[in-house]
Amino acid sequence: MTATPETTTRPDRQRRQTEFEDNDQKPVGHGRMLRKEDPRLVRGRGRFVDDVQLPGMLHLAILRSPVAHARIVSIDTSAAQAHPKVKLVVTGEMLAEKGLAWMPTLSNDVQAVLATDKVRFQGQEVAFVVAEDRYSARDALELIDVEYDELPAVVDARRALDPSMPVIRDDLEGRTDNHLFDWETGDAEATEAVFARADVVVTEDIVYPRVHPAPMETAAAVADYDRVDGKLTLWSTSQAPHAHRTLYAIVAGLPEHKIRVIAPDIGGGFGGKVPIYPGYVCAIVASLLLGVPVKWAEDRTENLTSGSFARDYIMRGEIAATKEGKILAIRTHVLADHGAFNGQASPSKYPAGFFGVFTGSYDIEAAYAKVTAVYTNKAPGGVAYACSFRITEAVHLVERLVTSLALEMGIDQAELRLRNLIKPEQFPYETKTGWVYDSGNYEATLRESMRIAGYEELLAEREEKRARGELMGIGVSFFTEAVGAGPRKNMDILGLGMADGCELRIHPTGKAVVRLSVKTQGQGHETTFAQIVAEEIGIPPEDIDVVHGDTDNTPFGLGTYGSRSTPVSGAAAALVARKVRDKAQLIASSMLEVSVADLEWTKGSFHVKGDPSAAVTIQDIAMRAHGAGDLPDGMEGGLEAQICYNPENLTYPNGAYICVVDVDRGTGEVKVRRFIAVDDCGTRINPMIIEGQVHGGLVDGLGMALMEIIEFDESGNCLGGSFMDYLIPTALECPDWETGFTVTPSPHHPIGAKGVGESATVGSPPAFVNAVVDALHPLGIRNIDMPMTPSRVWDAIQGHPRPPV
Amino acid sequence: MQVTMTVNGTEVTEDIEPRTLLVHFLRDTLGLTGTHWGCDTSNCGVCVVWVDEQPVKSCTMLAAMAGGKAVRTVEDLERDGVLDSVQQGFMECHGLQCGYCTPGMMMTGRWLLDHNPDPTEQEIREAISGQICRCTGYSTIVRSIRWAATQGQGSPVTHTTETAGTPS
Amino acid sequence: MQVPAPFEYERAESVQHTLALLERLGDDARVVAGGHSLLPMMKLRLATPEYLVDINDLRGELGYVVVAEDMVRIGALARHADLLGDEALAAVFPIFRDAERLIADPVVRNWGTLGGSLCQADPSEDLTTVCDALDAECVITGSGGERVVPMAEFHQGPYETAVGDAELLTEVRFPVRPGGSSAYQKVKRRAGDWPVAASAVAVWLDGGTITDARVALTAVGVEGTVDVDEALVGRPPSEEAFAAAGALASAASDPVTDARGSADYKRHLAGELTVRALRTAVERALTSTPTSTP
Repeated sequence: MTATPETTTRPDRQRRQTEFEDNDQKPVGHGRMLRKEDPRLVRGRGRFVDDVQLPGMLHLAILRSPVAHARIVSIDTSAAQAHPKVKLVVTGEMLAEKGLAWMPTLSNDVQAVLATDKVRFQGQEVAFVVAEDRYSARDALELIDVEYDELPAVVDARRALDPSMPVIRDDLEGRTDNHLFDWETGDAEATEAVFARADVVVTEDIVYPRVHPAPMETAAAVADYDRVDGKLTLWSTSQAPHAHRTLYAIVAGLPEHKIRVIAPDIGGGFGGKVPIYPGYVCAIVASLLLGVPVKWAEDRTENLTSGSFARDYIMRGEIAATKEGKILAIRTHVLADHGAFNGQASPSKYPAGFFGVFTGSYDIEAAYAKVTAVYTNKAPGGVAYACSFRITEAVHLVERLVTSLALEMGIDQAELRLRNLIKPEQFPYETKTGWVYDSGNYEATLRESMRIAGYEELLAEREEKRARGELMGIGVSFFTEAVGAGPRKNMDILGLGMADGCELRIHPTGKAVVRLSVKTQGQGHETTFAQIVAEEIGIPPEDIDVVHGDTDNTPFGLGTYGSRSTPVSGAAAALVARKVRDKAQLIASSMLEVSVADLEWTKGSFHVKGDPSAAVTIQDIAMRAHGAGDLPDGMEGGLEAQICYNPENLTYPNGAYICVVDVDRGTGEVKVRRFIAVDDCGTRINPMIIEGQVHGGLVDGLGMALMEIIEFDESGNCLGGSFMDYLIPTALECPDWETGFTVTPSPHHPIGAKGVGESATVGSPPAFVNAVVDALHPLGIRNIDMPMTPSRVWDAIQGHPRPPV
Repeated sequence: MQVTMTVNGTEVTEDIEPRTLLVHFLRDTLGLTGTHWGCDTSNCGVCVVWVDEQPVKSCTMLAAMAGGKAVRTVEDLERDGVLDSVQQGFMECHGLQCGYCTPGMMMTGRWLLDHNPDPTEQEIREAISGQICRCTGYSTIVRSIRWAATQGQGSPVTHTTETAGTPS
Repeated sequence: MQVPAPFEYERAESVQHTLALLERLGDDARVVAGGHSLLPMMKLRLATPEYLVDINDLRGELGYVVVAEDMVRIGALARHADLLGDEALAAVFPIFRDAERLIADPVVRNWGTLGGSLCQADPSEDLTTVCDALDAECVITGSGGERVVPMAEFHQGPYETAVGDAELLTEVRFPVRPGGSSAYQKVKRRAGDWPVAASAVAVWLDGGTITDARVALTAVGVEGTVDVDEALVGRPPSEEAFAAAGALASAASDPVTDARGSADYKRHLAGELTVRALRTAVERALTSTPTSTP
């Protein structure tokens, strides 16, 4: 490992052809390899939570509030209880008697499992029914009569702190307003001083509207409590099964060893399956009360109206520069809408997540941010949808500001970035807000994206089109991500340190099983982790079974989100394999009767230096380790190891994105013609999977940029409660994504890898917006908020832009 | 009521409530859980199966309406241990990540190739435009179906778990 | 997943059988064809019929598209995919292909029907507008026989039609007049989404002069057609004439602001899309050979 970035470039587009041509090779380790999880999934033989059928299983359905803010006057469940197929009806009052009406959120707030006093958002859980089948459970919901005394709803975050507003969280003692927290970072005074002497200052009001991860599979759980042995087995759509188990132990009062959380195949998560939802707890309570398995599966409306939302940041950003285009400072004030309960899933010491990286990829002199967070009568959440703990918001802010500055100064967007990017020799680079970026070769990455795009030709084409009155736009963004939380001393969730366990066992015949604490929701862990181990120990990936998503059978760790699997658990897998290899080397030395120092490792075997014929394979060693033959003095049998990896720093993947759009001036429709993404995620383990991760993030970005939004009316009714209203891109809106890469290894990661799962979701939205802004700039437009629907683009062209909230 | 239909070539007769949706009939009654569901409004298409040789969103058809008809699900794509070229294409081209929309995408892909053996990229995009994938960004799904188009139906499977290219 | 409330299911074998079932079951019965509008409403429990009469087996009887010289007749059970794929229909009324390409998605189009779309009577529904522009007539069949209702009387407000409790929409008829063509222009936020706004145009020319034009609008608060004669009839086609017609369409529209767009925008689209549809329809009319029936 070296601290000097080694950067190589090669576009994926060219690779693709070669990869298909020589696919008779099989990598023992890193390289393109088809996924181990696919054979079952393409046969329809995955096992998702709603596929779980247990004997005697009952079905749970949840009654939700139709209003955003109201006192509960009364709940009459008698008709529902009289339904012939209903086994149980539970209200908040009944849960309160058992001390289960409230549960902790991941941000040390509390959230109602079922409402007792008030409902605080439309869609909040009010009661649940358990019945013999899912249809009857739904029918019985209609028989519950709830009387609400409606209260004014706090919908506009800008007005949440007005003294006239009702106090949403009157359940919290001493609470007299809707203020949640103030958080600041950077140096306000130093920043003000730099702004005062800057030649150019550009200010933008940028709204990052509320959106939703909306995985294709909604949240679901099957709780099965065995009254005889007192053990609860919970199949659930969890991105973090171990953290969930610990929290269930705390909430439900069950001993932790009597809880087994199984996260089977998961139909996408995107952060939406990090929190514990009341529905999971309801299923557990029902199984505890009834002693039979109980299944809960939320419908799409429940998912969109009550599941974890993302973003909802109202930002004012300022950027200061010299007249030569040297960026000097960035400053921002943010109003954060956290909904009715602070359910944000991020490390405890980071109430605004990792928003502190808002200085982006630029070498600047000063920076300051202040975030004010408020409660509103909306669903809780805040960190979801592949946001890397709010780096999406931070990157959007800085990348929108940089393009605004470029347009204001008449400097090309790419050129302005090239002048200001952190230089390779400046790494490790400490930002003005205290983040230490590990490595990067930003200029090479940006130039690679410009090369693939044919940037100069695009600029010329844009000018030709402008001359004809056509609206073509080019958008550039450059992002730096910060992924792979911990270190554990800085980062914890509810006191649980963000480190990951990993266990590797080599069987006597040289096959292996590796057990992870993280859990795939589609990222391909079963393949990538087999490859990581294969690379280190030389066993073919197909001979390595990857076990994950079952707390009884895997070591403790904090789960998959924030792009942390490869940076943290990937490191753990590499190191545990090296630990095993170290032991294997001792055994090899005794088998070959030479000293350890005289052995040389080639992937899969040790041989005597200078004599390749005197060799033992890892398989030979595994048999010896389990056999009856001699082992080195004092060595125990077996060939296995366990580790808990605590990262010393985050990893900082980065990338340069270029978007090309055409805007129909008459209808405001935006057509994304091309999108070029060049990512640097350090060492690339499986290029096919990496490309897939990037593609997935790009479509997220396109969705947010063009169509996705969770809106509310003035009464707090959610206007995005179904897939008729919450639009997700189809194949027809997406261009054929063009990808490339550079490789700058992380100096502190054992194999130099960085995370990549969220890079494109984080980095692409500003590229889309910058492209549309670039197209509309000749009409005097410098900013437009997402989602850039035809109407909102046309309204902006008319000079009447409508903020999304 | 009693309903009889052919599912993946086998006639089944079951007592059901008239309101039973086809997707629940397949999943809960017959245990064919390869077909998934993802919304309530027939927008997402993860539930696509064939009824009488036509793709349909099985969350928006009653099991009763499928009575007397022939239903085909993802479980029937593999024949005699040989994967459909569409299944193979999805593996070869990374056309799936979480795998939740995949059965519906593959059923539409197979239908498209049966009616248009050499579709353009745009025709593939149009064909799957009623089905949402949240993971892939669609390019690899398009490539997967194109891959299958180059193989023809029922091509023998040479490798089902891995192939490799140049290491990075 | 959301599921419908309980109901009884009946499967009709013929039009006569359907009518007999509807007569017996009364106003608690609903007819289901493709089901892609009704079943989602039932899952949301916005529709709770006690009886559902499945008419899909009537496809042999009502699934036709017949293009004759002076009249196109389409059975109520013709599916969207049928209308999209029918070359003869596209030759006479290219507006059908314009519209059908953009209705829902290919899988839904395999099942959704013309009759179902018209009877659902959603104010944002495309085919109603197409039928308005083409001056269609609806054949409604009851036990007493058929009655023919012009489009202008078929819809009686959002989700309300002239079809009585024991009646069935069986056919839609479209008069064919020489010298004309048609087009449909729509803006939506995403493939498969309902229209933000759309415009359906049918236009007839004789010797380079517009002799008749019909414009109908979708989702902008206008029922039936918009009178654009003043702008177009008796004039040669020109950008100025189209713009004048577009202005009339804008002025006639009465849209509301919602998640799909602002009222101003939709009013603008009514005009913009009318202009674009006119351009296309006129070009089509002028390029179709004068001897053939348009």
